[in-house]
Amino acid sequence: MLHGYGSSILEGAWLTVNLALTAMALAIVLGLIGATLRLSPIKWLARLGEVYTTLIRGIPDLVLILLIFYGGQDLMNRIAMALGSTDYIDINPFVAGVCTMGFIFGAYLSETFRGAFMAIPKGQIEAGLAYGMGSAQVFWRILVPQMVRFALPGFTNNWLVLTKSTALISVIGLQDMMFKAKSAADATHEPFTFFLAVAGLYLMLTSVSLLVLRFLGRHYSVGIKAAEL
Amino acid sequence: MYKLEVQDLHKSYGSHEVLKGVSLQAKAGDVTSIIGSSGSGKSTFLRCINLLEQPSGGSIVLDGEPLKLISSRRGGLEAADPKQLQRMRSRLSMVFQHFNLWSHMNALENVMEAPVHVLGMGKGEARDRAEHYLNKVGVAHRMRAWPAHMSGGEQQRVAIARALAMEPEVMLFDEPTSALDPELVGDVLKVMQDLAQEGRTMVVVTHEMGFAREVSNQLVFLHQGVVEERGDPRKVLANPQSERLQQFLCGSLK
Repeated sequence: MLHGYGSSILEGAWLTVNLALTAMALAIVLGLIGATLRLSPIKWLARLGEVYTTLIRGIPDLVLILLIFYGGQDLMNRIAMALGSTDYIDINPFVAGVCTMGFIFGAYLSETFRGAFMAIPKGQIEAGLAYGMGSAQVFWRILVPQMVRFALPGFTNNWLVLTKSTALISVIGLQDMMFKAKSAADATHEPFTFFLAVAGLYLMLTSVSLLVLRFLGRHYSVGIKAAEL
Repeated sequence: MYKLEVQDLHKSYGSHEVLKGVSLQAKAGDVTSIIGSSGSGKSTFLRCINLLEQPSGGSIVLDGEPLKLISSRRGGLEAADPKQLQRMRSRLSMVFQHFNLWSHMNALENVMEAPVHVLGMGKGEARDRAEHYLNKVGVAHRMRAWPAHMSGGEQQRVAIARALAMEPEVMLFDEPTSALDPELVGDVLKVMQDLAQEGRTMVVVTHEMGFAREVSNQLVFLHQGVVEERGDPRKVLANPQSERLQQFLCGSLK
């Protein structure tokens, strides 16, 4: 039915999963940094965080992808040339994809995390400080575990959007499942079959994610959820 | 030598001065009650002792060791050496009005947390110690319970166990019974009375006149950021000298 393209599309799907997970890991790191910056009492740090989130959230993903991949490649080569290099530098599309998606979704997660941190009662932090914890200990032992519960709904949204947005990375030549499906559709003139197959795969990926995230949600509301009606 | 010595503490919020030079000395085993109407600055004073609030002036000495303070950008005083502050805070356990148990940890984990992660104690030893103190305050049967599943009285007793597990030199109580239902107040006061009898050094901000009179050996009455009267609780409460205290007692002993 898939004219032998099945395994190639599955390979692409594997790449998509890898891309999404790696990009999300980067986005979480950038999101935590972004949220910490925005909540910083030091004015210029807070401003820096604001510039990051405002800028990224205000520009379409596709524009950023093209800008970073082609623009970034061009810029790097100009710099390399100016430094006297004669080799042409190629950016690996996977690395470019991870960086771009991580950078974009880090901005969205900054806002999700910021809201979640602000939802934690101040007394929780004070108790940590009053018992002699340092600010890093308060952050990792008190804030982060409690923040997860507040952040999960927003995080789930971001993860779903990111998973689907990986399809955009095919425009810079990354052979993800979207890229593979497009090639197969072009070669066989059966666009419906291949795009439907890929739609099914994305749906599978997001459904599994939802199950995992629901489990995480239960794990992190331990001691809370059951107290409610 | 004093266990805790606070000299001439000042605290302002903008142009509003809430503490106008409050001093306190506590020897080992002293139980000091700080009373006063709301807005008198009593909680602020307590929170300045472990620098949860930045004082604007004054000095804090714990067991002969002065807390090194420098001016902060926000106009108050902050610790010159964060490590020293952390060390001193770990010797000054605080019990809060709203308990402030960490909501993602059960009772046992709440009590073990600071001994393990601040004092660097091994998990096994910390668990033994936590069980010992939870037992002592009468909530050992709630060891696996989450804060949200416990009554206020149980939460506050777990919070006291958490404070005790640090084996602190001075315990600070910030209105420990004010958020409790009347029928639960007794349990918490009983635990505090036992601690006082063991000779622990305690500074207690409270509205409980019975506790102040029967349990503490030093009473401080704060009014508008100034110590209006201090002394032996029985004498002071039976025969208040200042007019403010007379008025305050009329209102509270109805």
